[in-house]
Amino acid sequence: MKAEVLQVQNLRVYYQTAVGALKAVDDVTFSLKPRERFGLAGESGSGKSTLALALMCLIKPPGYIEGGQVLLDGVDLIKFSEDEMRKVRLAQIALVPQGAMNTLNPVVRIKGQIIDGIVDHSNKIPRSALEERVHELLKRVELEPEVVNMFPHELSGGMKQRVCLAIAISLSPRVIIADELTSALDVVVQRQVMLTLGQLQENLGASVLLVGHDMGLMAQFVDRIGMLYAGKLVEVGPVREVFKESLHPYTQLLIACLPSLEGKRRFKGIPGLPPLLLNPPSGCVFHTRCPQAMSRCSLEVPSLKEVRPERRVACHLYTEDKR
Amino acid sequence: MTALLEARNVTKVFGSGGLFKRKETVALENVTLLIRGSQPSITGVVGESGSGKTTLVRLLLGLLSPTEGEVLYKGRDLQKMSRDERLEFQREVQVIFQDPFEVYNPFYKVDHVLTTPVTKFHLARSKSEAQELIEHALEMIGLRPEETLGRYPHQMSGGQRQRVMVARASLLRPRIILADEPVSMVDASLRATILESLRKLSQEFGTSLLYITHDVTTAYQVSDSIIVIYQGSVVETGDAELVIKNPQHPYTRLLVASIPLSDPDRKWVQDETFVVDQTSIKVEHGCKFVNRCPFAMSVCHKNLPPFFQTDRHRVARCYLYKDGPKIPSFEIGNVFVKKE
Repeated sequence: MKAEVLQVQNLRVYYQTAVGALKAVDDVTFSLKPRERFGLAGESGSGKSTLALALMCLIKPPGYIEGGQVLLDGVDLIKFSEDEMRKVRLAQIALVPQGAMNTLNPVVRIKGQIIDGIVDHSNKIPRSALEERVHELLKRVELEPEVVNMFPHELSGGMKQRVCLAIAISLSPRVIIADELTSALDVVVQRQVMLTLGQLQENLGASVLLVGHDMGLMAQFVDRIGMLYAGKLVEVGPVREVFKESLHPYTQLLIACLPSLEGKRRFKGIPGLPPLLLNPPSGCVFHTRCPQAMSRCSLEVPSLKEVRPERRVACHLYTEDKR
Repeated sequence: MTALLEARNVTKVFGSGGLFKRKETVALENVTLLIRGSQPSITGVVGESGSGKTTLVRLLLGLLSPTEGEVLYKGRDLQKMSRDERLEFQREVQVIFQDPFEVYNPFYKVDHVLTTPVTKFHLARSKSEAQELIEHALEMIGLRPEETLGRYPHQMSGGQRQRVMVARASLLRPRIILADEPVSMVDASLRATILESLRKLSQEFGTSLLYITHDVTTAYQVSDSIIVIYQGSVVETGDAELVIKNPQHPYTRLLVASIPLSDPDRKWVQDETFVVDQTSIKVEHGCKFVNRCPFAMSVCHKNLPPFFQTDRHRVARCYLYKDGPKIPSFEIGNVFVKKE
């Protein structure tokens, strides 16, 4: 097996609040292989976006990285100074943040916005070559050349999202993190943008970390999936296996409540609500909603363990000692 | 028999007239919709953002007046109703909006949205009766009254707030509920709960539901019949099974093929070449979809196609089906599944 491009080890990201630390990302470990598409799925408030920002070392107070490592090719990014990190961002690891298309500057032409990113994070491309580079990037994200001189308001949502992709790949990063890339788009445009992202990833030979809540999108796009629940990674595995035979009760329930086109059936939600992160339940974070909870679940925090090849799950159902 | 709620050839144009010659935007064009009401039915309206879904809701509520055509409730024009008729309409037609954050006044407890309709429509004779009514409505949609009442909106999650809105709508035992993207802002696990409670409401109280959404999968799950809108006009309508399982109009085909199915073994397939969204997509004449359609013929550029019947319970607005019988726009309500 090839070495991992990105390794996240025991990452903890907390937010300082008046009543104590809020554990938004708690002891998360996973890795990204070269050319792999990895999905991080979870509902709102599960810590997805915080995790994405932490990988870029972009956590701002009151948030802070409590512990853990983010290794890009074996080098810990968390130890980097801001200046060093600046050279890594976009050039090595690029993030398309949530709602990226709304962060385009409304009074700067598309060309200027793409050049900004390139100049800021790299000095390897000579000024004279920038214009040509922009044209090439737009072509790669399947935008018409006229877009170069347009303003964001002249573009549709899908086109703006493509511009954001163009910025993300402008320095050919090794890892592309896409946080809710298409959640504001319609299904038709969504498919087109996702297919473009897949194409770009293959051409660049990059790895993609897709962060989102849409399980359908995960099923369509990623190779492996990690399920986040209340800041914890509860299950990791190849996407097909996780969908066909999920191990963690949360994953099972979540997949069961997805609507399908296979005949009509009753909707069933997951009873209860996600826990408050300020005051999470003891033991397993899911035990209050879990139909298979045992006495042990409220006492001991289950750790993410490999129970089958390639499949890891944090649940006491899969440990020897059942009580 | 007069239909319960009916939109007849409704067109809505924004930004016409005025001091300066502003550009006109046709939000809806010649839309006909029929909710019979003799039996509770669930109608799904599917379209992408900007297709005119919300304009349709606002027209059906009488919040906007149509530029052409008319909206009728029990045969009476919404714009010409008397005070009493309007009150009856307001009681019998309820709406659930997309954003469960904006509908609440943050200074009032959530009880406010529940007690207001009770007082306004004199649903209860005493305070205790009102309380009972409210508690029952909350329980019906799976909220515990003691955990809901007395709270402020910011103390509840989006899903809870949206469910309180469903409870509020159900208090009045309406004939029709217009649900405008009721679940687009809540998580998958709660989406199922909310849709189930809407469906239950429809069954138990005989309420008809108009479910407006961009999500084709849930529309299929909930609805008896489906209306597909593209850029302000209906492109295909009929029985939900037919429209989704075997779509005919090229846009509906593209739409259904784009659904990210939650099954890793059924990946997106690119079977036809549709044009990717570009700047020059708006169409002045002819079929609205012509610039993206792989089957476009010369006639499609000239005229807006009429509705052609493709199956007993479905029509499509596309010249590909010109061999089928032509259905006048005001009659498309008749292709909806008749269960009577």
